Amino acid sequence: MSYTTETADQVSSIAGEKYKYGFVTDIEMDLAPMGLNEDIVRFISAKKDEPEWLLQWRLRAYERWLTMEEPKWAKVQYPEIDFQDAYYYAAPKSKEDGPKSLDEVDPELLRTYEKLGIPLLEQQMLAGVAVDAVFDSVSVATTFRKELAKVGVIFCPISEAVKDYPELVQKYLGSVVPYSDNFYATLNSAVFTDGSFCYIPKGVRCPMELSTYFRINQANSGQFERTLIIADEGSYVSYLEGCTAPQRDENQLHAAVVELILLDDAEIKYSTVQNWYPGDADGKGGIYNFVTKRAACRGRNSKVSWTQVETGSAVTWKYPSCILQGDNSVGEFYSVAITNNLQQADTGTKMIHIGENTSSTIIAKGISAGRSQSTYRGLVRMQPGAKGARNYTQCDSLLIGDKCGAHTVPYIENRNRTAQIEHEATTAKISEDQLFYCRQRGLTDEEALSMIVNGFCKQVLQELPMEFAVEAQKLVGISLEGSVG
Amino acid sequence: MTNMLEIKDLHAEVGGTEILKGLNLTIGEGEVHAIMGPNGAGKSTLSYVLSGRDGYEVTSGSISYRGQDLFELAIEERAAAGIFLGFQYPVELPGVSSTTFLKTALNAILRQRGEDELDAMQFMKRLRTHTKALNISDDMLRRGVNVGFSGGEKKRNEILQMALLEPSFAVLDETDSGLDIDALKVVAEGVNALRAPDRSILVITHYQRLLDYIVPDFVHVLANGKIARSGGKELALELEENGYGEYASGTSGIEAA
Repeated sequence: MSYTTETADQVSSIAGEKYKYGFVTDIEMDLAPMGLNEDIVRFISAKKDEPEWLLQWRLRAYERWLTMEEPKWAKVQYPEIDFQDAYYYAAPKSKEDGPKSLDEVDPELLRTYEKLGIPLLEQQMLAGVAVDAVFDSVSVATTFRKELAKVGVIFCPISEAVKDYPELVQKYLGSVVPYSDNFYATLNSAVFTDGSFCYIPKGVRCPMELSTYFRINQANSGQFERTLIIADEGSYVSYLEGCTAPQRDENQLHAAVVELILLDDAEIKYSTVQNWYPGDADGKGGIYNFVTKRAACRGRNSKVSWTQVETGSAVTWKYPSCILQGDNSVGEFYSVAITNNLQQADTGTKMIHIGENTSSTIIAKGISAGRSQSTYRGLVRMQPGAKGARNYTQCDSLLIGDKCGAHTVPYIENRNRTAQIEHEATTAKISEDQLFYCRQRGLTDEEALSMIVNGFCKQVLQELPMEFAVEAQKLVGISLEGSVG
Repeated sequence: MTNMLEIKDLHAEVGGTEILKGLNLTIGEGEVHAIMGPNGAGKSTLSYVLSGRDGYEVTSGSISYRGQDLFELAIEERAAAGIFLGFQYPVELPGVSSTTFLKTALNAILRQRGEDELDAMQFMKRLRTHTKALNISDDMLRRGVNVGFSGGEKKRNEILQMALLEPSFAVLDETDSGLDIDALKVVAEGVNALRAPDRSILVITHYQRLLDYIVPDFVHVLANGKIARSGGKELALELEENGYGEYASGTSGIEAA
């Protein structure tokens, strides 16, 4: 019927215009020479004025990376990446002289973040949210640091933490995701440039939301940030990251590593709203988002909760995981992955149960529209010592139109008789009946779609911090604009 | 005075098969009309043509709604202009609570009309004025729209939507199907409460039973894509007695639902 042709027409007319973060900031940049070799690794380390141990760590990673091959097991397709055809370091020139307070930040950068809806001047900011703003390879500003310092919370760019808190960084960096972990994590270990560092001391409940806002601006550059969060005994923190990039015809690589460490009774709530440029309707351009995120629940009764809303990127390859080592520790993974046009997402989680009575919950919602492909891939592993461990997994897929695909690939490994594992999966399609019913009640196609999809994702969206839940709901609607005719 | 609805020589087809074959019907303001007819006569097709559903193609004829050419309006614009369709088979919307759905719908219509949208408080207040009479529980409002609703709950939910959206012209398509007598009474009372001098209602039904409770001003027999006969409410009783035998068409069409 005409339904599908109209869909295609609308998608082509609307897609590309709706990504409102696609602008480029015109600012003088300091770049490393193009390409990747040992000298570039040394260049980055020298730019950051790093201690010898870190340079050696990077070089070991680089050596290792040269021997590794790109993983090909994910259900995604993209042309060969030429790792020599990119800049591995790009920083605004103004940063060279090192502005130390917000008043000294280049106004052009402040305007950029304002345009993105992230004002960095504290008086304009969302009360109760501290922001670290990472622009290409460097952190340009971190807000509310003094407030946080009063309760002992450290929140700063990781490049500064290396200098100011070397013992913490050396102890934990690479302890959850070793430099040899996988192709992209190893690459990241060699060339990571900046990212956020956060330490919550014993017994402290972090008084505000912490967030990092990642922005890729420079053309032909990759972003390799590294985030390290340590929640000491009995502490709590809620952390949110957001990401956007300009609209460009070339693909750009984003290969991040996030490590979370939780000691006894600690809790981390980690939320992501990923809105990298997804490419245009024909699949031209967009970010390759190849990310390694892992949490180690080392302490008893610790709890980590990953919530992700993945709407952007041309290709996503991402499995935020939980190593449940401490007895009674809890891992949660709540995910919404939306793909439209020619986007591809292969995402899920790994729950590794080691300790006794550990429990995990996985709620994954995949929405595919256009000609996109969305895959849930997840591992639940019960180690021999995981006495009484439990897992509950629910994977739901929603299809819009008839040219997209949804796939569910659960891996379950149980080596303990007392462990319980439950897995449920459903696939549904938005029907013409549903859209007609809503339109007869006065909603436009897109309002109807947004409402139905938000209903489908509700279980996950309600896990987001309040301040961001509304934003995320709107984003869900915007990501699907043009996917019905 | 302009009529609420004037249908002239309406021809419509579904998937290349002509279902409506020259239908004429005029409905005045405040009137309640009933359309009865055998299966396959084109009753549901008429309701979908009125609401503008894709796939129901009008090949000739006209429909004027309050003096305006109905075919110029998209589905949601017709809704905003006051046309409401009570569905024979209300559709499930998993995860979308009835409250959210009703509020989104009401505000979408208010917005299209250029009126102020209601905030959560104002909306709940208005909603409460309707839920009691229709015996709609809070639990029903919290659940996904029509998900796990009984037949009676679904139809009461349709009438709740009608009450809230305050249409000028409501088409109730086989609202009685799947209802026991108690549920039928509740639904009929809900509809009767909405009868008003500036609101017209078209009741589509196969059985006379519903018309004992929603008493129409006019009854029409739809057969073979045309109005075969029109009369007062007594026509319904006559049909009940004699059946649709005399209207059976040799080329029994397809009831495209």
